[in-house]
Order: sequence, then structure tokens, then C-alpha cells
Amino acid sequence: MYDFISANLPYLLAGISVGGQYAMIAIGYTMVYGILRLINFAHGDVFTAAAYAMVYMNATMPLYLSLPLTILFTVILGYSVERIAYKPLRSAPRMSIMISSIGASYLLQNLMWYITSGLARQYPTIPWISKTVTIFTATTKMVTLVTPVLTLVLVLLLVQLINHTKIGMAMRAVSKDFETSRLMGIKINKVISVTFMIGSFLAAIGSMLYFTNYTAVVPTAGAMPGLKAFVAAVFGGIGSIPGAVIGAFIIGIVENIIKAVGLTTFSDAFTFALLIFILIFKPTGLFGEVIHEKV
Amino acid sequence: MKKCLALILTVVMLLPVMALAENYAGEIVIGIYEPASGTSGAGGKQEALGIYYANYLAPTVELSDGVYKVKLVEVDNQSSPDKAPSAAQQLVSEGVSIVLGSYGSGVCIAAADIFDAAGLVAIGISCTNPQVTLGNPLYYRICYLDPFQGTVLANYAKDEFNATKAYTLAELGNDYDVGLAYYFAEAFKGLGGEVKGEEFPKGNSDFTAYLTSAVNSGAEIIFAPTSVEYATQIITQAAANGITIPIMAGDTWDNVRILEAAEGTDLSISVSTFFDEGDTGALAAEFVTGFKAWLNENPEKLANNGGSDIVAAVSALGYDGYMVALEALKRADSGDRDDIADVVAEVTYEGVTGFIAFDENGDAIRDQAFIIKTDNETGTWQFVKVQNVSDIAK
Repeated sequence: MYDFISANLPYLLAGISVGGQYAMIAIGYTMVYGILRLINFAHGDVFTAAAYAMVYMNATMPLYLSLPLTILFTVILGYSVERIAYKPLRSAPRMSIMISSIGASYLLQNLMWYITSGLARQYPTIPWISKTVTIFTATTKMVTLVTPVLTLVLVLLLVQLINHTKIGMAMRAVSKDFETSRLMGIKINKVISVTFMIGSFLAAIGSMLYFTNYTAVVPTAGAMPGLKAFVAAVFGGIGSIPGAVIGAFIIGIVENIIKAVGLTTFSDAFTFALLIFILIFKPTGLFGEVIHEKV
Repeated sequence: MKKCLALILTVVMLLPVMALAENYAGEIVIGIYEPASGTSGAGGKQEALGIYYANYLAPTVELSDGVYKVKLVEVDNQSSPDKAPSAAQQLVSEGVSIVLGSYGSGVCIAAADIFDAAGLVAIGISCTNPQVTLGNPLYYRICYLDPFQGTVLANYAKDEFNATKAYTLAELGNDYDVGLAYYFAEAFKGLGGEVKGEEFPKGNSDFTAYLTSAVNSGAEIIFAPTSVEYATQIITQAAANGITIPIMAGDTWDNVRILEAAEGTDLSISVSTFFDEGDTGALAAEFVTGFKAWLNENPEKLANNGGSDIVAAVSALGYDGYMVALEALKRADSGDRDDIADVVAEVTYEGVTGFIAFDENGDAIRDQAFIIKTDNETGTWQFVKVQNVSDIAK
């Protein structure tokens, strides 16, 4: 028993940690979907851009400046993507906005490729969370322990914001009925902007945690975590924040269990097989709302 | 007024031609087919630096009808076999006489047919997979091959670390990784050892699970001949997870990024390579001093070398590659692709990485590899030994 735990603990720890990081991205997907019914494909690239911002800023300024500035940069980037690529298409068919988001994603990716010529950059070391700790028999970085805690704290705060503030109430109203809330005098553009900013803020935090563990930053580094977070959001029921978080942890942990049993090559395939499976058998996901036909 | 302007422009345009006519009989173009971006970008840039340095020392080639200026044209194959063919095609259309490169075997295999169809000779510099030259009569190479490298490393694992069980880790679908891991495993099994092999998907960044599998399998050595981008992650994660098993890899890991990642850790990392910076032979020592001085003169070149003046083995090979190409031009006594193709197999050259001659496959006949390991305190490479093929019990 002791041997079993000590041999498998590292897999579990890696799973929880990566799950928390997926959750940070998944919330961004799920909130935007809840309000705009849009899958924002550029979100994974905003996550990567946050990592590059950190790499470049940390080269010129101390950490207490580069950390908040990275978050600020990411929030502005998320906001600008919405303003430039989605807002002009507000009344266009939903498919057009989705295609625009794919375009924004590739634009960001290729911009990063152009600026950095695609070479891997080493992510700067953030003290304390990069510290090595020993839990039971497994050695890991502090960030592995910090991630799940920080994820839960941020999610609780977010739920408070949505349930108990004016802007939160507006968000809920817009997600229920876009047109009616506009008629009721809610400034939907402001609500949408705030949603993108919150999503980008969480992506920036997620990227700091993720790249502290996996230190090479390349333009495509965010693509895979982004897609997996998207699957997590669908799995949890797209539009539902607790669903996205739980979905992300499940995907992170199961992915590592699959690696533990030796099927390493299939760990990515699993995630996407899961997506297909869910779309067939429970399209609304774990916590998704059932959409009633309005007569 | 217009006429006057046209006249001036014509004169300006003719100037370079006149300058050329003054000194040179003509121009010969050599193509550089290297990755400047993507997973092998860092290594490709170092290899290209070796070529540029050689061109700096030997900017012309003397043929019987006069001295020709050698011009270099570089394309970026982006480390990716699906983007490589268009880069190769670009070199063909640029009218190059001979091609040098690439770093990484996959992109060479992808481009071989295109060079072949154009009758263009390519000289591989550090692509070690046998498939590069096998069945591609116009592809030559100046480095050793993976079956040799795998055998050398397997013997080293056995002799130095007394290992009986090894764990190999390669990137799924990468010709270089998978090939070298296979040859290592074959040689290691031949020596009576046991091997557990795993592959990770492209773009993977979480190696904790693989490293845990390695520990759980009871391996005494981890062999991970991956690209540098993955290597730095493997090293930092191995250090974070307290892995004490020695790690070994092939020539790609001879890179300053590896030193940076390993600095300050307790890991033992050994790699095999083509050239040792501390080589005291006259040719090699002269190359090292000259190359360092050339790098330090120009911050951009220094940055392309990874920000330090540590001489990578691929730079030395790049230098030799260019010199071999010049030898081929001299022997053919022309810049014509067919003339070069006829004679390149006969070229011999005493390079900084050793004597170069080609066998019937177009592979260099090489019988030694250098083993180096990281010094984690100073962040430099430490020379361990030269492994000759004759030392290996067959």
C-alpha cells in the first residue's frame, strides 16, 4: 500500500495541479459562452501572450512590477480582442463571430511567432512558488500545492461577484436574455467587456502557475491547454462556472492516471474522445442548463 | 530631367556588376537549409553560424577560369517536415549550386526528394538518422549516424553507470528521437540490459508522469534524445521532482540551453557529440579561438549562439560542411549542379571535427564520438572521454 501510494502520488499531484491551471482558462471560455454564446478560440492564445509578456517584462523590471503589469497587459489584450474582432460583429450571425475568433487566434499565434521567431523562451522563476517541496514521498514544486487552493479561492470570489454585485446581476441578466436586458437599460457592451477582462485576468494568473511548472514558452504553448480547457468547459456544462472547474480537475487528473497506467501516447486522445462522448450522451454537460424551447 | 534620372539609376544599378567584374569571375551560390525557428531553431542557428564563419574566412573559391565569390542564401525550414519542402523548393529556384543542412533529420528526409529532382547535391551537417542518405543518392552527410551514436551511448551507460535497466523517452513521430532511442535500445539489449521505452505527443509540456514512470520502472539510466525545447523542460522537471537517475542524450543536447537548465541542480547529464571545445589539436584549437573572437565582435551573432561564446559542436560541423562544399566546387571546377554531383563522393577533407570522407551511401566514415557531461556549478561542459568504435566490443 505504502509503495503503491508513493509510486503514484506524483501522478495525482501533477493531475491536480494541471487541472487547476486548466480551470483558470476554462472559466474564461465558459463565461464568454454564457453571455455571448461564443466560443472564444483566441482565449488560449491570450494565455500564451500573458506568458510572453512576463518573459519580456521580467527581463527589464523587477518582479513586483512585472507581475501586475503582465496581468494588466493580458486584461487589455483580452479587452482589445473583443473590441476589434467581436464587437463589430455583434449583430452578425453567431457563426461569423466564431470564425472571427478563429482568425483572432491565428493572428495572435503568428504575431508571437513573428516577434520571437518561434524559439522557446525560458519562463522567469517566480520565487516561493518555484520552491521545491517534499510531500510524503513525492518531491514537487510549491506551485503544485498553490494552484488548487488559489483556483478555489478565485472561483469563490468570482461566484460572489456574480451573485452579489450590480455588474454580476447584469451579467446574469445578459446571459439569460440578451435582447430583453438591452431593453431594460443594461449597457451590454460594458458587461461583455467586463466578462472578457475577468476571463483574461484568470488566464494571466493561470499562465503564471502553468509556466512556472512547464517553463518553455513557445507561440503554440497555449494551444493544447486552451483546447483541453475548452473540453473541460463543455464537460462541466458550458456556461456553468463550477462545472468548468470540476470538469478541469477531472480532465487533469484522469489524463495523468492514463499516463500512469502506461498509455502515455493516448493521454491527449482521451481528452478529445471524452468531448465526443459527452456531446453524444449528455450535450449539456455535468451542470449545464437545459434549454427549453420558447413557444 | 527624366532621362537624367534614368541614366543615374542605370549607372547605380550597374555599379555592383562592375565591381564584381573587377575582382571575380562570377558568383557561386550555396544554399543554407536550416531551421531558424521552431523546436530546433536554436541548434539550427548555431549550425548556420558555423557556416557563416567559414564563409567569412573563405569568401571565395578559385576555379580554373578565375576566382568566384561565394554567396550564401539561407532559408528557414521551421523545424517542421511539413513546411520544409517549400523551403527546399525555394533554394532550388534560387539557383543554388549546392545545399548545406539541416540540423534535425526529419526536415532532411522531407526535402530529399526535392533536391534529388533538381539534381542538387545536399550535404547534411548534423542529421544523424540513417534514412537521410539511404535511397537518396544526392544526399551526403559529414557527421556520424545514429546506429553508431546509439551504440556508443549504450556502451557508455553500461560501463560508466553499470546500468542494467534503461528508460528511453522520445517525441512521437520525430524521426531523430524515435530512431536514436531505437538504436540505443537495440545496443543496450545486445549488452544484456533491459529497456522500457515511452513516447510523448508533440507539444507536450508535462513530463512529471514520464519521469515518475522511469523511477517506477527501476531504470538506472534515462535516455531522452529529444529536441532542446523539450529537453529544458525534462531537466527542470526532473530537478523539481528530485530525480537522481543519470540522464543521457545524443548530439542535440550539446546546447547552451541545456547547461542553463542544469545549472545549480544535482542532475547528472551526459551527452555524445561531434566535437569538443577543449580539443587541443591545432586545427580545432584555431577554430575555437577564431570562432569565439568572431562571435564576440557582433552582439547579434552572440545572441544567435544562445547568448554565450560556448562553441557548439554543430557550429564546428557547420564550418566543416562549408569547407567540404568548397572542396566539391574545386574538384568539379564549376558551379554546375551535375558537375558537382559527379565528383562529390570523392571529396576528402581534414576538418576541425576530424577527417571526412564519404562511403558508398554518402555517409561520412566516422569512428569516434566525444562524451561530455554538464558541470552544474560553473554551467559548462566537462569533457569525459573520446569513444572510438574500435573500443566497443561487437
